[in-house]
Amino acid sequence: MLKYLARRVGSSLFALWVITIIVFLLTHLSGNPVDALLPDDATKQQIDAFIRDWGLDKPLWQQYLTFLGNAVQGDFGTSLKWPGEDAMGFVLARMPATLQLGGIAILISLVVALPLGVAAAVYKGSPVDNGAQMFALLGQSIPNFWLGIVLIWVFSVWLGWLPTSGTGTFAHAILPAIAIAWFQVSALARLTRSAMLEVLDAEYIKLARVKGVGEFSVVWKHALRNAAVVPLTYFGILAASILTGSVVIETVFSWPGMGWVAIEAIRGRDFPVVQAVIVAYAVIYMISNLVVDLLYVAIDPRIRND
Amino acid sequence: MTDLSVKRASALRLWLRLRSLPLIPIVILLTVFIIPAFFAEYIAPHDPYVPNLRARLQPPVGFGGTWEYMLGTDRLGRDILSRILHGSWYVLSVSLIGITVGVVVGTTLGLIAGYARGWFDGLVMRLVDISLALPAMLLALALAAAIGASFLSVVIVVGFALWAYFARQVRAEVLLLRKSDFVARSQVAGSSHIRILFRHILPNVLNTIVVLATLQVGIAIMLDASLSFLGIGIPRPTPTWGLLVSDGRDFIATDWWISFFPGLAILLTVMSANMLGDWLREQLDPRQRQV
Repeated sequence: MLKYLARRVGSSLFALWVITIIVFLLTHLSGNPVDALLPDDATKQQIDAFIRDWGLDKPLWQQYLTFLGNAVQGDFGTSLKWPGEDAMGFVLARMPATLQLGGIAILISLVVALPLGVAAAVYKGSPVDNGAQMFALLGQSIPNFWLGIVLIWVFSVWLGWLPTSGTGTFAHAILPAIAIAWFQVSALARLTRSAMLEVLDAEYIKLARVKGVGEFSVVWKHALRNAAVVPLTYFGILAASILTGSVVIETVFSWPGMGWVAIEAIRGRDFPVVQAVIVAYAVIYMISNLVVDLLYVAIDPRIRND
Repeated sequence: MTDLSVKRASALRLWLRLRSLPLIPIVILLTVFIIPAFFAEYIAPHDPYVPNLRARLQPPVGFGGTWEYMLGTDRLGRDILSRILHGSWYVLSVSLIGITVGVVVGTTLGLIAGYARGWFDGLVMRLVDISLALPAMLLALALAAAIGASFLSVVIVVGFALWAYFARQVRAEVLLLRKSDFVARSQVAGSSHIRILFRHILPNVLNTIVVLATLQVGIAIMLDASLSFLGIGIPRPTPTWGLLVSDGRDFIATDWWISFFPGLAILLTVMSANMLGDWLREQLDPRQRQV
């Protein structure tokens, strides 16, 4: 088990390292890194100091090592669009907003998708099942940004129940979280259903029923616990999808998180912030994948004892 | 005699399969997506690019609009329907080329990795891991910042998002196939590795590739739409669907149709593509059919 985890950590770090190379090459792809990383009105002294600090007069691999050394310490330079802001510091300040939104989205997905998937499996072929299948198909086909706009249209403009955009209260988070969660709900419900169908056929479920265990306990304790491993495999993809969703949805709802910063930084050609935001996203993503691995171990004794 | 009955049986099977063709998704795909993509110039009632300030913000038919501008017009008086029809070509080409890139790269690497094994296999699998560990959106952001958004950058992002799935799946099947008799026999017969790979093994994994590719169409369209919505897809003035949705974003309270109909086009297209993919998977994969 330790070996398994060590391998996962190793491969995450490797992927992260590849990302730093990509992010480093970014500034060189676009031409002269001095143009990319310094404001247009930088003075001669500033440029010289910059070239010296980041070793731009040295060969590429040395430059990369300097970049990596700085990056490990969280130093990605200063923002061009938001003057005076430390690039990584600026991104990190926005991180809680994104994590908050992602957390609520995950909560919504779980609370809606698990019961839906379980019910669809238990009442297979019934209207509940058909409805769930329709919902799943629809959920995977709706563009989330469009859903966000339609939600604003219905709940903010038309009904006037919730604010259109911005942040502050819990009410602000409801619509964006739903827009992010929608796709995950359908995917999770589908996976839960098929996993439950398989498990409900198993011998130990029959045994539990024969023993006289109540139906509720059979479904929710015996079956779901075994079926849960399958939806859990999806959680890694879920993290990526929520992360991607946050970039899009934060733009729709002007939610001042990392995704919003990323798009604004690209519009302003603010390379230090773009680099910082990509690395920060990658780190969140790697960590959430590791957490999934740990959850696996916790939920499935077969892996624990391996 | 036997020959005939075999023929009849397979004809019957073909007929049964054709009868189960999901007609609704096919019709939707054709009318919303494929026919407009190739014939937009002849179908579209108006020019998608030229502003017509006299016809600004016409509502759609049924909401006070006229049949001349069936789905309404935007703030510059451009016909929404014409813009959607013209946009479909870009959505179609960018997602198909992106998928093709993903299929070609993924299949080739998967074939060679599964057949040759050794260090190349290890390298490809590491790359697959990294690729799956990198959300495509991050690459899209990086590319947009570095070389600017363009048709090419979107194709790269779509290809990047998909290749690893093909590589992994093809490799897994090749691992099984390379041990089979027909491969051993053609090796004995002196076929070159390239001939074995592309003449004998590739046809056996084609089914998988076709199914996977069909299922990826929806993902590719959605990715392209998200990118152009964010302004990091094919740049203006090209009326890609994501961009059309983003055009009406700030006016949803008053002029809802600007965003609504392009989004509906995405929804219908992706949903039909997904349904078709599911159907194809059931047809080509007998294991799925039984489940």
